[in-house]
Amino acid sequence: MDVTRRTILKTQAAAAAATAAGISIPAEAQNIPTGEDIQLQWSKAPCRFCGTGCGVMVGVKDGRVVATHGDMQAEVNRGLNCVKGYFLSKIMYGADRLTQPLMRMKNGQYAKDGEFQPVSWDRAFDEMAAQWKRVLKEKGPESVGMFGSGQWTMWEGYAASKLMRAGFRSNNLDPNARHCMASAAVTFIRTFGMDEPMGCYDDFEHADAFVLWGSNMAEMHPILWTRVTDRRLSHPHVKIATLSTYEHRTTDLSDMSLIFKPNSDLAILNYIANYIIQNGAVNREFVEKHCNFRLANTDIGYGLRPDNVLEQRAQHANDAQVSHPASFEDYAKLMSQYTVEKASEISGVPKERLEALARIYADPQTKVMSLWTMGFNQHVRGVWANHMVYNLHLLTGKISEPGNSPFSLTGQPSACGTAREVGTFAHRLPADMQVANPEHRKHAEEIWKLPHGLLPGKVGYHAVQQDRMLKDGKLNAYWIMVNNNLQTAPNTNNETYPGYRNPANFVVVSDAYPTVTAMAADLILPAAMWVEKEGAYGNAERRTHFWHQLVNAPGEARSDLWQLMEFSKRFSTDEVWTKEILDAHPEYRGKSLFDVLFRNGNVDKFPLSEMDPTYENRESKEFGFYVQKGLFEEFAQFGAGHGHDYAPFDTYHQVRGMRWPVVNGQETRWRYREGYDPYVEKGSGVQFYGNPDKKANLIGAPYEPPAESPDAEYDMWLVTGRVLEHWHSGSMTLRVPELYKAFSGAVVFMHPDDAAKRGLRRGQEVKVVSRRGEIRSRIETRGRNRVPPGLIFVPFFDASQLINKVTLDATDPISKQTDFKKCAVKVVAVASADAGGQQ
Amino acid sequence: MRCGIFAVLVGIGPLLAAGAILAQDAPRLRGPEPFTKETPAPPMQRQITDDVRVGRNYPDQPPVIPHSIEGYAVDLNANKCMSCHARKFTEQSQAPMISVTHYQDRAGNTLGGLAPRRYVCVACHVPQTNAKPLVENVFTDMDAITEPERQPARGRQ
Repeated sequence: MDVTRRTILKTQAAAAAATAAGISIPAEAQNIPTGEDIQLQWSKAPCRFCGTGCGVMVGVKDGRVVATHGDMQAEVNRGLNCVKGYFLSKIMYGADRLTQPLMRMKNGQYAKDGEFQPVSWDRAFDEMAAQWKRVLKEKGPESVGMFGSGQWTMWEGYAASKLMRAGFRSNNLDPNARHCMASAAVTFIRTFGMDEPMGCYDDFEHADAFVLWGSNMAEMHPILWTRVTDRRLSHPHVKIATLSTYEHRTTDLSDMSLIFKPNSDLAILNYIANYIIQNGAVNREFVEKHCNFRLANTDIGYGLRPDNVLEQRAQHANDAQVSHPASFEDYAKLMSQYTVEKASEISGVPKERLEALARIYADPQTKVMSLWTMGFNQHVRGVWANHMVYNLHLLTGKISEPGNSPFSLTGQPSACGTAREVGTFAHRLPADMQVANPEHRKHAEEIWKLPHGLLPGKVGYHAVQQDRMLKDGKLNAYWIMVNNNLQTAPNTNNETYPGYRNPANFVVVSDAYPTVTAMAADLILPAAMWVEKEGAYGNAERRTHFWHQLVNAPGEARSDLWQLMEFSKRFSTDEVWTKEILDAHPEYRGKSLFDVLFRNGNVDKFPLSEMDPTYENRESKEFGFYVQKGLFEEFAQFGAGHGHDYAPFDTYHQVRGMRWPVVNGQETRWRYREGYDPYVEKGSGVQFYGNPDKKANLIGAPYEPPAESPDAEYDMWLVTGRVLEHWHSGSMTLRVPELYKAFSGAVVFMHPDDAAKRGLRRGQEVKVVSRRGEIRSRIETRGRNRVPPGLIFVPFFDASQLINKVTLDATDPISKQTDFKKCAVKVVAVASADAGGQQ
Repeated sequence: MRCGIFAVLVGIGPLLAAGAILAQDAPRLRGPEPFTKETPAPPMQRQITDDVRVGRNYPDQPPVIPHSIEGYAVDLNANKCMSCHARKFTEQSQAPMISVTHYQDRAGNTLGGLAPRRYVCVACHVPQTNAKPLVENVFTDMDAITEPERQPARGRQ
């Protein structure tokens, strides 16, 4: 061997490093491992975090995830991940993973005021079942509830829906996605008769202009932002306009930033509609052929408790969802009030910028992609805001074709797949069907092979209502899965925590880590997460993607799917169904819920031999059939043949996801447009076939003020949200040291003038106080977010600074989604006497 | 990180998991005890600016930034990061050159400069503060599995 000077130096360096690290390398050994030693088993999976749905390759060795990287073959991200995605390898390995059930106990018995003690699964389920049975017997199905998530896999959400609606006969099932995109989901149905976007991510490569409505994509959807910036920087004619209540990393890369006063986006949207109408930019032919006009009920309240003066005063708090048929002229007349002067006055945005923005929509040559997430959805007029942006695209016909795309982004990996397609909302069934519709219920009963009349038709409690009912003692047995609601719900000190600790209630939390919510529960169940189970997610562009179980969960942690199905074994139909139903259908008597829900000939249809032998699948092996396949194929029946078609189960394990409807093996990229969507009839051009008349509803609504605005005492706007490095409540990302060290705790982003006015300096400890509660935090006057005077931004990931003690539980009255983006607060210095922790 | 630096949280800690929690900052993970109590906010953490390269957990991990990026512009007019990390400036800056992957477009074609999709460096590369981790992370480095006999005592990252 030719030993050069350089190799000698390297050998010496390695030896020195080894000595320093306290290890010895045998002199004759190769200094790096080769051959089989370095082989990893690579498999595909979607990312565990946001709704973008990036593909990830996961490297496993000896039963542990040791590496991850962006999947080159995944169309969504083509090899890229954001910093959170790149650290997926470490999210499962926080040392405080929950590995056994923990129950509050005293003297060997369950006690609400007891201390957490480890118990067996049997003991945990025994107590839980006893509590459920007691509550069901005393108060009936409306007193049990479940709060799930857009992070459930599709079959977990589906199993939960069956257990709650058909098993316990209660629609008190809602996902945390209610806090996240209910306004978007509700408006899709109201406008198009079908949920989820008509376009897809391919629009990024076709648009001439991107308009971001209250969305900070650079931090919240960083990989989709790479596609926007790629388009913008590669094609100089492309423009980005960003509307927001403060400046941030997205406005850094925008051609135009429009900083508006909270809630005034409604006035801007209506001004643009007016501009389009006044300047002859309405696509008359499109509008006449494809649109109906309606006007919304106004003065609709704020979704607060009914005794709140704001609700009492509102004219249409109880029929907020109603709209009335109208003509184009009626709509144009309503819009005509929104002159550029008025929009500028309400919003604080200079007239020239508003006009420049309006021109983007009005110019028939400019293909526009509108993008939004929480800015629109977490809004007391979130449904209206969603309508208003569709109105712009419908007036101009800029919809359902490459680059012309109103696009609602999602924040959770399966907000679309599990919350919406599977239908885990309190009002929904699979495939956009509604619990209030007797035909839809009947259809569900048929697919599920259950007796007619079994499914309840009363819409259940939505997220915020669940908290209120827990507090009021009307909801008493409650199961929370894959979410951290005590950190993320609004006004938690007054409306969430009291319900969890209400002595009348038994609260169960299934999670992988001891979160704030878990710590306030009565029983904690340890959950398997991400690639510790076989899963399916549905992303924001209708893409369904699957992954296999790649490693085992630690200790006794089990997937939510196993937990739901195993729990169902503890109930017999006689205990939970009515006498009338059982008398009419005696063949269901004395069966366990597991038998009638999961051994129904559908779910247990596929034998274990159909599983890929390369991969473990704990639930299936335990139950004796390929559970995930059975659940998915039963679920897929709901949508087949009417615009919600999925590919066969096994296909999804091969491909990097497919966008539904999947017809004849082909995915659909643009819906409602002939040539792209097989459901559109030949010669019709465009059909919004979700509605019986195949037309979209263009619904006009005015600007209305927010529920709470700053005043002399509470003189600042509070906006809450996320940061790039932490995902939602931080239960995963805070446990990855690199991510924690990248953003080590929440701060209050404040304008330097506001700080100076209050005698505050950067880093100083302050209280953020509202009429509802307060937190202690630190002032940040620099950094990534630049807020205008009069407004602060506080992220919600930090459990030591629970900003949702401060927020207001006002919701959009139609979608019931909370407005986390605006309430009134004051910021005061912490008196030096109690300013602990100064170093 | 060494286990020794962790103090065990008294009370619920030992019952919940073997994972040792750094007591002072535990509320960041689990909230205050009781929930309704307000806890003092820990001081803001200082950025690490020692310019010492930090090893990666696995090959595809984007390296963390060992220097301050306060005030760095990454906007339509400028990308401050590239004034040191671009290929042509690394000789004078002695900064690591951006990865060769950063020259590739979505289709995998190699371009003559930084791919526009990679323009926002901070989407993947983040600076670090000197905050102590809130809880140990027991992720195992692949080398520790490949050749456990060669690993230093820590073995865990």
